[in-house]
Amino acid sequence: MKFLSVEKAYGPTVEGEALVSEEGFSPRYDLDRWSGLITRPGHRLEGASIVDKVCFFPSAKGGIAAGWAFYDIKWKKIAPKAFIFGVTNPVMVQGAVFAGIPITAGWTPHPREVVKTGDWVRVDPGRRLVEVMRAGSR
Amino acid sequence: MELTSEERAILAGKHGEAARRALEYQIEVGRFWGARRLVPVSNVHMMGDIEVMGDAGLEYLREEARLEARCRVPTTTNARCVDFAHCDKLGQDPAEVAKEREIIATLRRMDVVTTDTCINYQTVYQPHLGEHVAWGDTGTVIYANSVFGARSNFEAGPAAFAAALTGRTPEYGFHLDEHRRGTFSVELKANLSDLADWGAVGKLVGEAHQDYFAVPVFHGYRRTPTADELKHLGAALASYGSMAMFHFVGVTPEAPIDLSFLSEKMVIGEKEIESVYSSYSLGDGDARLVVFSGPQQSLPEMKRLAELFHERKIKHGAACFVTTNGAVLAQASALGYAGTLQEAGVTILEGVCFYILQNLSAMRSRNRWTNMVSNSAKIVNIIGAHRFNTILRRTADCVEIACSGVLR
Repeated sequence: MKFLSVEKAYGPTVEGEALVSEEGFSPRYDLDRWSGLITRPGHRLEGASIVDKVCFFPSAKGGIAAGWAFYDIKWKKIAPKAFIFGVTNPVMVQGAVFAGIPITAGWTPHPREVVKTGDWVRVDPGRRLVEVMRAGSR
Repeated sequence: MELTSEERAILAGKHGEAARRALEYQIEVGRFWGARRLVPVSNVHMMGDIEVMGDAGLEYLREEARLEARCRVPTTTNARCVDFAHCDKLGQDPAEVAKEREIIATLRRMDVVTTDTCINYQTVYQPHLGEHVAWGDTGTVIYANSVFGARSNFEAGPAAFAAALTGRTPEYGFHLDEHRRGTFSVELKANLSDLADWGAVGKLVGEAHQDYFAVPVFHGYRRTPTADELKHLGAALASYGSMAMFHFVGVTPEAPIDLSFLSEKMVIGEKEIESVYSSYSLGDGDARLVVFSGPQQSLPEMKRLAELFHERKIKHGAACFVTTNGAVLAQASALGYAGTLQEAGVTILEGVCFYILQNLSAMRSRNRWTNMVSNSAKIVNIIGAHRFNTILRRTADCVEIACSGVLR
């Protein structure tokens, strides 16, 4: 089975459909917090939904406001299943822990080598693993 | 994690349920980062308004109030999303405005000092070298770490609030010496004569290094930068690069003397700065929205804007917004700067930031704004999710655009 090892992790084990981004992420700069769609013009995932996805982002962008935003989107039931970051910042972690959303940081190998958008993946923070359970249909 | 006897007492509920939950949460965050202990903080600056918190955050705060949550250290608030004097005119939602009032009242009952400013470091509290604090907005953190030599991570609203209740924060990141060293150098050969130029530097450096733990070391600059220049530089680095610290040789207290250990070197000259300005699409040419915000304006910035807008008028049909805090506005009013701006047709908003204004997307649609012009590289970056096409211009150019209606 294909898998990623992650360096840091929080949260329970979850499964979901992968959404793999080549661009970093901020729930404030990039996301419409009412629909769960990435709406910033020009974002490489513009138009994609993060709802119930396992989101892979190489980096975290900006802002303190993200801390409340994760709790807000969880409450609105438009949160992702988990955040898998290459490099992250404290706000993402503080926000995810506050909202109870699993989050990891640091990955080997790079996700582009093992996982594609649409694949079904399992995030296991306890074992510091993200496993690709089956390939997506596209 | 090693806990002191006091921390064990908090966990045992001896300081109340709110403090117990807060510390439990902090320990979880600390574990993620490998923190070995918590450090006492002397000051907390938190973001908490209805636009960022939403109903979920408001409900959380109500629960904290029921638990009789109380700040253990001096705590202030960041810019918020409603200026009550302007909310009707801006078409902000009355129900959300009422919630904003409730948040303010609730925070005050918990002993939070609602300063509503993102320039606390210019107007409220200046921590000293080595002082541990728990601050958010990112612009406040990078200024505290870099210019004062104080120590803070980015503390999101819930994290800063937890620090207020426990009087401490997990020790990781910029609380530790090992993360405060420079990681690459940036030689500044450009003149950087306008605040927007400093933001442009932050954009160039930040975009090329999107990493919280990257710490640029600026050198080669031939003039002493002002506080406002460092503020725009820091705000942009934090925004584009998610960075929390920079050094500036000859200026900031922890800047290294020897740069030879830094392998990566970046050079920024006039050409690079001009390339930032020429990179913006002018979209449909709409020049009806000019904003001076993100961070709020300091008194010197208000003075300069008043000079530029003196005896001029905003183009009919256009809007120009300036945001600042209550302290600066009081002085700017007494000194006549605010009056000059208002005579020109500028709307001065107090205690808010333009980009977190409640109902901003609806405001954009209603006014059919497509472009937003600003001298702040930070706000030009962060307002994208509201579907503005944004354009960075120098301060005097922004004023010219606001008054002429012509976008260049």
